[in-house]
Amino acid sequence: MVNLTIDNKKIEAEAGQTILEVSRENGIVIPTLCSNEALEPSGACRMCLVEVKHGKRTRIVTSCLYQVAEGLIVDTKSERVLAARRLVLQLLLARCPESKQLREMAEELGIQPEPRFTPDQDKSKCILCRMCVRTCEKVVGVCAIGFSYRGSEKNVCTPFQEDSVSCIGCGACAYVCPSGHIEMETTETGDSRKIWGRTFKMKSCKVCGRYFAPEDQLKFISTTTGVPVDDLAVCISCR
Amino acid sequence: MTTKIKSFDELKSIQERLKAGRDPKKPCITICVGTGCLAYGTQKLVDNFRAELAKRNLTEKIGFRTTGCHGFCERGPMVVIAPDKIFYQRVGLEDAAEIIDKTLLKGEIIERLLYVDPATGQKVTREDDVPFYKKQTRLVFGLNSKVDPESLDDYLAIGGYTALGKALTGMKPEAIIQEVIKANLRGRGGGGFPAGWKWDSTRKAQGDPKYVICNADEGDPGAYMDRSLLEGNPHLVLEGMIIGAFAIGSSQGYIYARNEYPLAIKNITLAIEQARQAGLLGENILGTGFNFDVKINRGGGAFVCGESSALFASLEGRAGEPRAKYIHATDKGLYDKPTNLNNVETWANVPFIIDRGADWYASIGTAGSKGTKIFSLVGKINNTGLVEVPMGTKLREIVFDIGGGIPGGKKFKAIQTGGPSGGCIPEQYLDMGVDFDELTKIGSMMGSGGMIVMDEDNCMVDVARYFTNFLVSESCGKCVPCREGVRRMRDILADITEGKGQEGDVELLEKMAAAIIDGSLCALGNSAPNPVLSTIRYFRDEYEAHIKHKRCPAGVCKALILYSIDPEKCTGCTLCSKVCPTGAAAGERKKAHAIDKALCTKCGACRESCKFDAIIVR
Amino acid sequence: MEQKVKEIIQHYHGDKSYLVPILQDVQKEFNYLPKDALCAVSTQLSVPISRVYEVVTFYKAFSLKPKGRYQLSLCMGTACHVRGAELIAGNIESILGIKEGETTEDLEFSFETVGCLGACALGPVLVVNGEYHGHMNIAKSTKILKKLGKKGATDDDQD
Repeated sequence: MVNLTIDNKKIEAEAGQTILEVSRENGIVIPTLCSNEALEPSGACRMCLVEVKHGKRTRIVTSCLYQVAEGLIVDTKSERVLAARRLVLQLLLARCPESKQLREMAEELGIQPEPRFTPDQDKSKCILCRMCVRTCEKVVGVCAIGFSYRGSEKNVCTPFQEDSVSCIGCGACAYVCPSGHIEMETTETGDSRKIWGRTFKMKSCKVCGRYFAPEDQLKFISTTTGVPVDDLAVCISCR
Repeated sequence: MTTKIKSFDELKSIQERLKAGRDPKKPCITICVGTGCLAYGTQKLVDNFRAELAKRNLTEKIGFRTTGCHGFCERGPMVVIAPDKIFYQRVGLEDAAEIIDKTLLKGEIIERLLYVDPATGQKVTREDDVPFYKKQTRLVFGLNSKVDPESLDDYLAIGGYTALGKALTGMKPEAIIQEVIKANLRGRGGGGFPAGWKWDSTRKAQGDPKYVICNADEGDPGAYMDRSLLEGNPHLVLEGMIIGAFAIGSSQGYIYARNEYPLAIKNITLAIEQARQAGLLGENILGTGFNFDVKINRGGGAFVCGESSALFASLEGRAGEPRAKYIHATDKGLYDKPTNLNNVETWANVPFIIDRGADWYASIGTAGSKGTKIFSLVGKINNTGLVEVPMGTKLREIVFDIGGGIPGGKKFKAIQTGGPSGGCIPEQYLDMGVDFDELTKIGSMMGSGGMIVMDEDNCMVDVARYFTNFLVSESCGKCVPCREGVRRMRDILADITEGKGQEGDVELLEKMAAAIIDGSLCALGNSAPNPVLSTIRYFRDEYEAHIKHKRCPAGVCKALILYSIDPEKCTGCTLCSKVCPTGAAAGERKKAHAIDKALCTKCGACRESCKFDAIIVR
Repeated sequence: MEQKVKEIIQHYHGDKSYLVPILQDVQKEFNYLPKDALCAVSTQLSVPISRVYEVVTFYKAFSLKPKGRYQLSLCMGTACHVRGAELIAGNIESILGIKEGETTEDLEFSFETVGCLGACALGPVLVVNGEYHGHMNIAKSTKILKKLGKKGATDDDQD
C-alpha cells in the first residue's frame, strides 16, 4: 500500500493502481473521454490530465496511465490542468460541433467554445478516442475496424473504406462510442441491422422467436469456441 | 577479409600489416561520393578517373579512393590528392584526364579548380588551409575522408576496432559504462540525455533479451549528418554499437534507417556482412565469447518515429504511434524488453571515448556538453555543408568564419536550430556558445544539429507557419492537443500570413502553446509550439506588421505583397514578359515594362528572371 | 501477384516485424500497393487486413494509387523552403494541374513534396525519377516539365 494526497485528501491506495482508479474510488471526479474499464488505458483524449508533485518535480501526467506512488501529491484541478483540459474540449467541440455528448460535457465543466476555431464542416462526431478499435480487437477479437492515415486526417474505418468482410455486426463499437459517432440502425422488426455500411441478418431465438444477435456473430462465436451454431441459437433470457 | 579474427592480438597484427602496406607518400586521388556529391553527378567523374588511370596504366602507381561525405557539400564535386592534400572543388565531370596528366604526373596545380577564399580573394591549394575546414575540429566526421566506406581494410588500417578490442578484452561492462558516464556523452539525437546513464539503466533492468538500437531515421529537415556518417564510415557506427551492446549485456541490435537513405543502407548492410565475416560481429566476437548481431529495418517515412516508443512500434511492424513514457524504454522498450536507443552520431562517438579515455574526451567542450557536435549548416549560407566543432563554439564563428556568411551581401536575420520543434535564434545571440543547455535557455534546442540560416528576405511568420505545417502533417494523430491543437495553430498562422489575422491572435497562440506543451502525449506535441513561441519571442514586430498593418516586411506572404516594376531599373529586355505565365508582366521592347496587378498570380517567375533587380515586391 | 508477395515475404522469413520493409518491397515491385497484394500480405503474414491498411496509410512512403511514369519529388526541407521551394511547388502544380501527392489522369506525372533529401547545398532540389536537379527555380522547373512533356508524347520507349 502507498500513501498519497489527491486534492489535499490523504489517501491510501494499492501500489500499481492508476491515479484515475484511485480518484474514482475516493469520489474525486476526473473527466475522461477514452477510458473504459474493459480496456487498457490508451492516454489519447488527454481529458484526465492531472498535476503531480513527486519530490521536487512537478509535471502534468495522464491519470489513466500514471501509477500512484508513496508521497505523491496530486492536484486534479490546478490552473495548468484546467487550461489544458479546456483547450482539449474546445478543440473537440470545434472538430465535432454536432456531438450532443461533447456539448453536455462542456456545459458541465463550464467550458465555452473558442470562437477563433472555425467548426469543422464534415459532420463527423468521431473524437478518435480509440475505444471502438480497441474493443473490436481486444474484447471481440475481430479487428474489423482500424485507423487510417495520420494526424488530423486520421479516422476510424474499415479496410479500404469498403464493407468489412470480417465485421460480425456485434455493435460493440457503437456501444462504447462516447460521442455518438458510430451509428447502428436496426429495422423495425429487428430482423436486420446495419453498421459500417453492411447489413447483417439477425437470428431469432429458437425458443421465444425474438431477434437477438447477428448470424455472423453467432458463426464467429461458434468458430472460436467450438460450440455448434445451433446450440447458440437461444437468446440469453431463454437459456 | 574472409577468415575470422580470433583475438585482439590478431586484430592488432592485421592493423599493423595493413598500415605497413600503405605508403603515406604514394599519390592517391580521393573523391567524395556522398549523396550530396553524387547528386552533382560525381559518379561519372569517378568512372572517368578509373578509365583514364587504366588507359595510362597507372592503377598500381596511383591510389584511387571513393569516400563518404567530406562535409563541404557546397563545393562538390571534390577531389583531394595525397600526399600534399591538394584540394580541387567544383570539379568538372570531364576534368579527370587533365588532373591526372597535370597534377599527378607533372605536379602542376590547376588554378581554376582551386578554392578562392572570398574574404581574401586568395586561392587555397591545400585542403587543410580552406577556412571551412581549418576552423573545425573534425574528430568523428574527419575519418570519412580517410576510408572507403566499402572497405573494412581501410577502417582497420586507421586503427578501426581497436576500441572494441580494448573494451572486450580489457574492460568490464560496468567499467565501460563508467567511462561513458565520466565522458558525459549526451545523446546527439535530440534530448541530450546522458548516454552512460541510459546504458546503466538498461544494463540493470530486469528482462531478457535486451536490445540495442541505432536510430538512423534522421527526420529533421535540413539535417543529414547521421546519413553522412552511416554512409561514409559505417564501421565506426557499428563499432560503437558493439561496444555498447557488450556494456549493456545485449546480443541483438537493430539499425532503424530512413528509407530515403539508400546509400547509407547499402553501406551499412555491407559493413555488417564484412564485420560478421571478420569475426567482429556475430558469435564469439574476437574470440572473447561475446555474441552480438545487428539487423537493419527501414522506416516508412514518419517524423514521429524519432520518438522512441513510436520507433519501437514501427520496428514491431505497426503504425508509429507513441505511448506515454511513464515506464522508460530502458525497462520496457522494443517488445516490452529493456532497450537502449541512441542515434548514429552518439554511437559514432563511443569508440573515441573508449580508445582515448573519458578524461581526454571530457577535455573537449563545455561544462555540461562534452565532445564535438556535427551541425548541418544550410539555408542562406555561402558554405552549405556539414561542420564539426567542439561544443561551446560561438554561433558567429560557425555562421561567418566556417559558413562564410550570407550570400549576396544580405543581412543575417535568424538561425533555426533543433529541427521542426526547435527555435529561431536572432542576431543578438550570435556570440553565444552552442551547447545543449545554452540553446534550451534561449527557447531553442540542439535537436540532431540542423542549423538553418535565414536572411532579411525570410518572413518569420512564414517560417513559423512552415514548421507548424510540417508538424501537422507529421503528427501521428493519437492525442488531441497535438492532432487538433497544432492544426488550429497552423490555421491561425495561415490566416495571419494571408492578411486575415485578428487582434489577440498572438496571445491566443501563446495560450494554446502552453496547453499543448502540457497536454500532449509525446515529445513531438510537447515541442511542436516551439517554432511559434520562439518567433513570437524574438520577432513579435513581424507578427504585428502582418496582423495590424496587413504587411509582410520581408515580402514573402503572397496575400500581403504586390509585384511591380521599377521603371528606372527596367531596361525593357522583355524577359519577364516571356516567363510570366498569365501575361501580367508586359511592355514594349526597350521600354519600361509594367505588371497588371489584376492578372498577377505572384508566382515569382518575373523576379527570378530579372537581371536588373527591377521587380519590386512589397 | 500472390507468388511475388510470397517471395518477398520469404526474403524476410515471414517475420511480421518487417511489415514496413515488406510493403516497401511490394510497392517497388508493383509501383504502388494494389489491394490484392495487400490482402496477400495480410493472409501470408497473419496480420489482420485492418492493421495492414493502417500501416499503409500511416507512412508517407506508401501509395494506394498507381504512380505516374515521371515521378517528381520536390524537396521541402527547411533549407529548400527558405530558398523558395514553395513558389516552385506552386509552379509545378499549376502546370500539371494537380496538387502535391496526386498523379495526372494520363498517368504521366506524379508530383510529391518530400521532407528533406539532405542535398541542401543544391537546394531547392527537384528529383525526377531518381535524378537530382539542383538549384531549382521556377523557370528551370517549367523547362524540365516541358522537356518531359515532349518526350512523353513522342518517345515512348525511352526512360
